[in-house]
Amino acid sequence: MPSTRIGRLFENLRQTGRKALVAYLTAGDPSPEQTPALVEALERGGADLIELGVPFSDPIADGPVVQRAGYRALAAGATLRKVLEIAAAVRRRSEIPLLLFTYLNPVLRYGLDALGRDAAAAGIDGCLLTDASVEEAHAYVDAMHRHGLDTVFLAAPTSTERRLRLVAQYSTGFVYLVSRTGVTGERDSLSAAIGPLVESMRRITDLPLAVGFGVSRPEHVAELGKRVEGVVVGSAIVSLIERNAGNPSLEIQLESFARELKHGFELAKSAS
Amino acid sequence: MMASLPDAGGHFGPYGGRYVPEVLMSPLEELEAAFLEARRDPSFQAELSDLLRQYAGRPTPLYYARRLSESLGGARLYFKREDLLHTGAHKINNSLGQGLLARRMGKKRIIAETGAGQHGVATATVAALLGIRCVVYMGEEDMRRQRLNVFRMRLLGARVVAVKTGSRTLKDAISEAMRDWVTNVADTYYLLGSALGAHPYPLIVREFQKVIGEEARGQMLEAEKRLPDAVFACVGGGSNAIGIFHAFIPDETVRLVGIEAGGRGGTLGEHAARFQGGSPGVLQGAYSYLLQDGDGQIALTHSVSAGLDYALVGPEHAWLHDQKRAEYVSAGDREALEAACLLSRTEGLIPALESAHAVAEAVRRAPAAKGQVFLVNLSGRGDKDMDIYRENLKEIDAE
Repeated sequence: MPSTRIGRLFENLRQTGRKALVAYLTAGDPSPEQTPALVEALERGGADLIELGVPFSDPIADGPVVQRAGYRALAAGATLRKVLEIAAAVRRRSEIPLLLFTYLNPVLRYGLDALGRDAAAAGIDGCLLTDASVEEAHAYVDAMHRHGLDTVFLAAPTSTERRLRLVAQYSTGFVYLVSRTGVTGERDSLSAAIGPLVESMRRITDLPLAVGFGVSRPEHVAELGKRVEGVVVGSAIVSLIERNAGNPSLEIQLESFARELKHGFELAKSAS
Repeated sequence: MMASLPDAGGHFGPYGGRYVPEVLMSPLEELEAAFLEARRDPSFQAELSDLLRQYAGRPTPLYYARRLSESLGGARLYFKREDLLHTGAHKINNSLGQGLLARRMGKKRIIAETGAGQHGVATATVAALLGIRCVVYMGEEDMRRQRLNVFRMRLLGARVVAVKTGSRTLKDAISEAMRDWVTNVADTYYLLGSALGAHPYPLIVREFQKVIGEEARGQMLEAEKRLPDAVFACVGGGSNAIGIFHAFIPDETVRLVGIEAGGRGGTLGEHAARFQGGSPGVLQGAYSYLLQDGDGQIALTHSVSAGLDYALVGPEHAWLHDQKRAEYVSAGDREALEAACLLSRTEGLIPALESAHAVAEAVRRAPAAKGQVFLVNLSGRGDKDMDIYRENLKEIDAE
């Protein structure tokens, strides 16, 4: 049995023929106090793994929706230290796997080993840094693994075969496939680039694969669920939170959106 | 030895490297390969050298500032006249080189960021010359400060996109340009304007700017029969500075002095002096000295000069700093403005606000340096800065 919550999740799903709904939200938006309840709402709706976005002042890989959420979270005081507290609060009530999702500089500033130690203590299960290329990731990967955390890396449609091998080699838990070139954000349709990327990655690794970027609808989930073990929805969730920040029904809406997305996997089964 | 850096991964000691989303990694590898191939190709070099001569106006003169030197009563001050280049600053050296590279790579679209507007203007100019579509990202705050350059870019046929996020200055323009590149990477060339960003950009920009120092070194030997005692250049990202420093790195007797923007004072947020208030970190592709807060968020910066108003210094400068091969100091807004007035009135040279920072430090040191020779990179002319000069020098405007 794999030793991390992320590994165990994918193993359990594999044995029961199910797929993972991975939900991203920016921790601290609209406020750090609200985030644990939003995570729980997503879990009730069927999310299997949560990506906790740690806001960064200069998010080069993010589109406008996640950028705005990051600025709101920063204004509300969501530092990396604060996000670890949020994670600890979630962990007291839930066993859902938690993946930190952020940029390198806040992590460097915190200290690689200190983060590995404190994240593990807070109940975090892994980390993904969008701007840490595998070439520059040795020290980071060592520190995370030393503390039993998974390191997830991105693979992109532009990645060469040589690069896909490096990404697979450095990744544990699962590999995150970026569905298209571009920043995070909702799109109407899925990119045709994803098919070849999935096939290339399958030839290289046995790790579970999850696809994200531009995935926002149950029918996207249905389509991708036929091909990979996990589907990541981010901007559509963040956007729902943005539109309903002050609304008492936010948690209910989030839960039902997660449920709709999760139902996408059933659509796939009944169609096939 | 030091002049041969970076290593294969783009590192200058621990600095530099390649910190970008995976989507951009293969394109950066392609760019590096295309650049190294072009650098070896005599026909590429010949075309670039011809354009630098016939179109941009190289070689630029080395000018001895007699009146200024005599009025200071110390060092003899020479100016490398990059301000005389087409489009008004050293930026055209790099834009021409990378523009030819973009065409060679078959790219249909060029994007660029700009702070003061000089790199945007240079890139819009080269895009017009080569018949390639051009989009320039510029912070809204910088568009306000540098209105004239915005119009120049538009007149040249470029589309200028206002960036309204963050501090609305150069840093945010770079983020937006990177987002465009990440999205349109197949047909788009990102023409980065300073010695910043992920490898190979700091290398490419240095290689296209090092002509400044190579020319100046030869001209100085001809004029004075000796090397200068010190070379002065302002440092935002650091392209004009690395351009003039590079040829002198092996000359151990030559002091290399980089001048950062001291802004309004030493408090974080009031300046852009990375070597005084910063610590190593990663921003927009590179690891170097960075102005940041205790949580690793990038700090706001301030300078009267938009071209120096940036939170990270180019990685090769970080290395030169740690090796103590170059020293880095700062000049504040007020000192730069005063130096600009002095240079205007003693020599008839109105410098760009960025270059005025280098002038300020040379002027400060000159009186105590009798018998020495100073070389100052006059990296750009002040035409673009007239509004800011007027705003800040009301006593002259009212005369």
